Amino acid sequence: MKVAVVQSKPHKGDVEKNLAELGAAFRQLAAAERPYDLVVAPEAALTGYFLEGAVYERAFEAEDLARTLASLWRAAPGAERGPVDIVLGFYENDAGTYYNSALYLHVTPDRHELVHVHRKMFLPTYGVFDEERFLSRGRRLQAFETRFGHMAILICEDAWHAIMPTLAAVKGARVLVVPSASPGRGLEAGGELESVQHWRNVLRSYAVEHGIFVIYAGLAGFEGGKGMTGSSSVIDPFGEALVTAPTLGAHIVSAELDFSDIEVARARLPLLGDLAAVLPDLLFDVDLMPHVMRPGSLPA
Amino acid sequence: MIDLPVIEAPRFRPPAIDIDPALASEWLVAFLQDELVARRRIANAVIGLSGGVDSAVVAYLAVRALGPEHVHCIRMPYRTSSPDSLADAQAVIDALGCRSRTIDISAAVDGYLQFEPEAGPRRRGNVMARTRMLVLFDQSSKLGALPIGTGNKTERLMGYFTWHADDSPPLNPIGDLFKTQVWQLARFLGVPVRVVDKAPSADLEADQTDEGDLGITYLEADRILALILSGRSDENIVARGFSPGDVQLVRKRVEGTHWKRHLPTTAMLSNTAINEYYLRPVDY
Repeated sequence: MKVAVVQSKPHKGDVEKNLAELGAAFRQLAAAERPYDLVVAPEAALTGYFLEGAVYERAFEAEDLARTLASLWRAAPGAERGPVDIVLGFYENDAGTYYNSALYLHVTPDRHELVHVHRKMFLPTYGVFDEERFLSRGRRLQAFETRFGHMAILICEDAWHAIMPTLAAVKGARVLVVPSASPGRGLEAGGELESVQHWRNVLRSYAVEHGIFVIYAGLAGFEGGKGMTGSSSVIDPFGEALVTAPTLGAHIVSAELDFSDIEVARARLPLLGDLAAVLPDLLFDVDLMPHVMRPGSLPA
Repeated sequence: MIDLPVIEAPRFRPPAIDIDPALASEWLVAFLQDELVARRRIANAVIGLSGGVDSAVVAYLAVRALGPEHVHCIRMPYRTSSPDSLADAQAVIDALGCRSRTIDISAAVDGYLQFEPEAGPRRRGNVMARTRMLVLFDQSSKLGALPIGTGNKTERLMGYFTWHADDSPPLNPIGDLFKTQVWQLARFLGVPVRVVDKAPSADLEADQTDEGDLGITYLEADRILALILSGRSDENIVARGFSPGDVQLVRKRVEGTHWKRHLPTTAMLSNTAINEYYLRPVDY
């Protein structure tokens, strides 16, 4: 599977301009000699991340956005050669309930299918973040089927909770796609921002623990003084970053995923198999029940 | 039996005030380019150059971000300002090759203060700071530029600045850096040593120094501030070896000046009050 991450640097709230820039990236990708199979864009890729109350003015209905993106891809010369899948983060308006979402879209030259919408479950509402003031939480983590096998999407803070990639992998996800918008902080670390280091550490540990590919799409650009840290990357099931973009600026990162790496990695380090065997003992534990069986803890 | 060697963890981690200056510089240059040029479509910066290290660092960053021909450094002496300040500012201008101008604010300041002969040093200092603000905004308007702020995190936290003067420019690259971090960045950027090493001063009165005014050294203040901001109690900070008097002094300054770090308090009368209910980001 050939994958590209479009590390975009959106103009705040200017959807038209951002779509035009995404269209330019699509043209660049669709013209590639060997076609891309999957194109991934960051969280809030078409609006910028910090919208506050403007989120209600800049949210998309998922099907509408799917249609728009499919047309945008098809308008690119070369797109007629075959299908592409697209993952993109956006603010979603579902009949008046708003989510921080990412869609997985399958586009062929003559039709498109909205395969999955993941709604961010962990809405950071601390320090510089204020998501739950404006947005509702997603209630479900799914490993959904794609033409490349099962995948899962985690949006930003979703991926800072180790249980999320763990459950996604147990549910069968072989590729974890992580659209993100991470404001950089921590100048004390040598050579790179502390928050960038933290991201790399957690993503690599998930990849190597579960034997999965991790595709990280980081938003770039400054928003009201807060610089988004880009650093889009593709990490293989051995925990090695195949490619990483710089923190600053718009870039495309490109990588070829060899799914046989998953088998080799898991044969070498069969932690996921071990986990599947032990998981029932961990989850169906009477000591855990009071912590997880609160009223309202089950999905609606 | 021989005792096993014991490897002891340090009781406390030191307050995090060391920065990677190369990383800071790269980040702040990108900040200026993005916020000024990409978002606001303004190519020029106006900086009030005092001869001190803060405005020198901002000038160096702005020249890296925009090029020397787009950076206008304005020296604004008052008749009692130290000639050394003027010379130090000139050293920065010469090193950077940026555009510069000297506008003496004495007539403007005295034009008002002649009606207020009893005004003491604090009021006089505030009038000078606000006059400089007026000049910077007007020069920006004339030059198609934006004024760039030069207040550091230490003075912002200690409330050691003139409200709606030093803090008024719409962009500030160094406002999240403690004074000691500005020094680290200044050395990395190659700011003339005489500017970095001299005793910081608001230069509103003769022989005035910041550390004299504040009653604490910047190094000590920054370490204490870093601990206060990371949520440590006074007892915890004192347990790390800081003097209770210093901790008290810093805590009192921070807690007495929250208002200086906010916009004016507006009476709320509706459920559409600006910045209370009606929330839009600055770059929207």
